[in-house]
Amino acid sequence: MAGRDLEARTAVAEHEESLLEKGGYHRPGIIERAPVLAPGHTAGSVTDKISSVVLSGTPRWFYPAFGLSFTLMMVLFASMGKLFWEGTGIWGVNQPVGWGFDIINFVWWIGIGHAGTLISAILLLLRQEWRTSINRFAEAMTIFAVACAGMFPLIHTGRPWLAYWLLPYPNTMGMWPQFRSPLIWDVFAVSTYATVSLLFWFVGMIPDLATLRDRSTKRIAKVLYGMAAMGWRNSAKHWHEHEVASLLLAGLATPLVLSVHTIVSFDFAVGIIPGWHATIFPPYFVAGAIYAGFAMVLTCTLPLRRAFGLHDFITDRHLDNMGKVMLATGLIVAYGYGIEAFTAWYSANQYETFMMWNRLFGPYRFHYYALLLCNVIAPQALWWRSVRVSPVGVWTVCMFINVGMWLERFIIIPASLHRDFLPSSWGIYHGSIWDWGIFVGTIGLFLTLLFLFVRFMPMISIFEMRTLVPEARGVESSPGAVAGSVEP
Amino acid sequence: MSSQDSGGRLYGLMAEFETPGALIAATEKSRQAGYRKMDAYAPYPIEELVHALGHHHSKLPMMVLGGGIIGCLAGLGLQVYVNALAYPLNIGGKPVLSWPAFVPVTFEMTILFASLTAVLGMLALNGLPTPYHPVFNLPRFSAASRDRYFLCIEATDPRFHAEGTRQFLESQGPTEVSEVEY
Repeated sequence: MAGRDLEARTAVAEHEESLLEKGGYHRPGIIERAPVLAPGHTAGSVTDKISSVVLSGTPRWFYPAFGLSFTLMMVLFASMGKLFWEGTGIWGVNQPVGWGFDIINFVWWIGIGHAGTLISAILLLLRQEWRTSINRFAEAMTIFAVACAGMFPLIHTGRPWLAYWLLPYPNTMGMWPQFRSPLIWDVFAVSTYATVSLLFWFVGMIPDLATLRDRSTKRIAKVLYGMAAMGWRNSAKHWHEHEVASLLLAGLATPLVLSVHTIVSFDFAVGIIPGWHATIFPPYFVAGAIYAGFAMVLTCTLPLRRAFGLHDFITDRHLDNMGKVMLATGLIVAYGYGIEAFTAWYSANQYETFMMWNRLFGPYRFHYYALLLCNVIAPQALWWRSVRVSPVGVWTVCMFINVGMWLERFIIIPASLHRDFLPSSWGIYHGSIWDWGIFVGTIGLFLTLLFLFVRFMPMISIFEMRTLVPEARGVESSPGAVAGSVEP
Repeated sequence: MSSQDSGGRLYGLMAEFETPGALIAATEKSRQAGYRKMDAYAPYPIEELVHALGHHHSKLPMMVLGGGIIGCLAGLGLQVYVNALAYPLNIGGKPVLSWPAFVPVTFEMTILFASLTAVLGMLALNGLPTPYHPVFNLPRFSAASRDRYFLCIEATDPRFHAEGTRQFLESQGPTEVSEVEY
């Protein structure tokens, strides 16, 4: 039985090898596609290339880049220090706008995180091989984005040192949380999401930490990577349980990621504020999260690919596919905007109608026009393949989306709150300098963690890349022959 | 490499192969020859290798199912206890046992417990963390995480014989057969 498996795999591999001679891996299909891994690589060369990013010393550009991120992170700590000393009065929030930058940033960051889980879990279950070279990085991005996101609900309570009151535990006050509130659902959703993402990331990294342990020459690196790898020895039995665990975690993380942004959208949809109280919110939020997340993955990986010369692993195929995902989710988001407007009109409810009129012609109209430009118009460029495979083109679209998704949350949150039901309680909202300090500071925290990650951990899953090389697919020819056959 | 005759206790004999196909074939032959206490090492998961070692089903899925059921009951039980028994509040005239509102937290707890079981179960079934293992005493073994394939027949196997097993392994076309000591 095992032998027949191998024969079948060899047949597939030989077919692929013949395609390889024509210039790279192709799926048997009508459309010519770029390869997921540049031809000519072996398990050894893939291992050496990716581990050299970590083991071959710090590149010179790293210091200014890390220094800038670290400075921005200090802005976060300074702004938080001021916040804890003075209280939330330093922010722009007041009646009627009680949720401002804190909740905008929370939703923005947690949405960005969703792409990591999508790439690592959902695309794993769908057997999308191209995800292999970006999943580790995207998962790391998830964790750092969730770390940034998780801070905001805590600091927005005003007394973050009492944040543990959110947890159900027997206490001398005799009080318990109220489980009919979406805000307490958030506590469980976000903490579960952070835990499961961390576990998934770590489990995937164990074999690669063992690789770094075996490759590193410095004693301290050997000891630290060795401890983190926990004695992984590449045994077939280890691999078997590891694969089963990874698939199970992927299966568990898939509904989880959909539930998290659904529950975040319930924070709004369960309220009766016009602009929030809509049944379209869960799917529209989830699509927006994937949209924002893919944009952020590309925003970060494109410069890193250039800096570390990883063009063999992150190819045009990746840009093309991710561009398509962004286009599809962007269209769902645009549909969401359309349905919001349609519902406002069709409901014949004067408050809903006014909400939509206010978006188009009220004090935040330019925010709304900018949102439509960034999230609806700009990504239409992704219909063209030449834009999708152009690093500059796709990066520009991604920056539009990053800004657009932040504006979307601005439109949903303060712009829905600032016109209360009675004109006597209308107001206007602007972020204060401390709001901006905390927002920019979380970008610093995110980038600092990301830079530390690419410097000390394998940013591409080494063992999964090994499974993409011809020898792992059953081609028994020597590596040189494969490499030679594709040379022009 | 294999010339350590310092009198250390023998863990087993390690054969090194250049291709996954050679390792799978050698593992199948070893099993046919009656060896059971052995393990194969490769730089990535190879499904055939697990079959060749005669190790088919993982207990992990059932453990994860159990973890998920416990998490589900714990999540629901927590909310029923808190909102219906310990601290009943009238929220908009809803019944104290308003179970549809308890679905999100129950779901999250199910996923959390199942995921923790998957990770801790995987580590437990693999015996990790393992602070010390004799296979690492072989300097060449670090190539198992790069592009080399190893088969180790352990000395505790009843059919193990220092000379006979070495001859058997050498007949399988390895690049090298080495002794692994404790």
